[in-house]
Amino acid sequence: MRFLLVLLALLPMLAYAQDITRDGVLLTPGQEARAEAIGDQLRCLVCQNESIEGSSAALAKQLRGIIRQHVVAGDSTRSIMHFMVSRYGIFVLLKPPFMPLTWLLYASPALGLLLGFLGFWLGRMGRIPPPPPLTQAERERLDELLR
Amino acid sequence: MSPLRRRLLFGIPLAVAVVGGGGFYTILRRMQDDDYDPHALPSPLLGKRPPAFNLPGVDGIQGFSNTDLLAPPKPMLVNWFASWCLPCLQEAPMLLQLAQMGLDIWGIAYEDPPAQLAAFLQTNGNPYKRLAADASGLTAINWGVYGVPETYLIDRNGIVRWRYPGALTGDVVNNKLTPLFQKYS
Repeated sequence: MRFLLVLLALLPMLAYAQDITRDGVLLTPGQEARAEAIGDQLRCLVCQNESIEGSSAALAKQLRGIIRQHVVAGDSTRSIMHFMVSRYGIFVLLKPPFMPLTWLLYASPALGLLLGFLGFWLGRMGRIPPPPPLTQAERERLDELLR
Repeated sequence: MSPLRRRLLFGIPLAVAVVGGGGFYTILRRMQDDDYDPHALPSPLLGKRPPAFNLPGVDGIQGFSNTDLLAPPKPMLVNWFASWCLPCLQEAPMLLQLAQMGLDIWGIAYEDPPAQLAAFLQTNGNPYKRLAADASGLTAINWGVYGVPETYLIDRNGIVRWRYPGALTGDVVNNKLTPLFQKYS
């Protein structure tokens, strides 16, 4: 009886351990999470501004299935990314890699900062110094004019 | 205002405007000349041979594998299409015309039910010397095909020299395909 109770108490654990089927592939929740993380970094080539994970295009669904097959097979994230890049080019990566083609892109924040500093420096250089305080004679003349 | 500051205040915006304007002008000019398409994706297959595949024929026409593309007698086209795709319908007359002019065109039907494919070829004519069926779409993924139609130019060494996604129009054939074909013949 106690054994049965323990079994009953363990029943909800099944919900966690249960394998799930996504895009035609059976995998564990951990594998699914990894596959989703990979799919989130890949561009759907059909809609181009959605990730493979977020797209409803038929090609994206197929690619989700392929990612999951690779994840189940135990392939590294790097090799799965390589699979995609070798077929579709670096455009498939939502985050562009650091390479000669993207140097300017990655340098743009630093360039912007430099430009800002330049503007700041130019602004400071041109500031007219405040006039010296009036002398006694000038103050008297001013009072006379304002009267 | 110091002369250096005056020069910089005048020169920097001018330089930005000149460089930026020149850049945009070049981009727009090249887009107009059909020389540059910001939406185009360069195919990683360019300069390489197609990946290994072996697809069955369909509609009574012989299929083909990557080894059949190793050394064509003259440059040829591999055209990915499907009966359900509208731009494929659009380019069908152009493909027929190219085939009649003696260009070898091999077709790969992408995720296309055989009956619909047969009806499509019946209605629009068949420009394909060989016709393979990629029912699962997996060969297409290995080629990096991301939509139909896509056309690949393969040179006499079996190397992919050009990939065009979208319908082959008269402009595309005259401005791009014909010069490339002459270059690789």
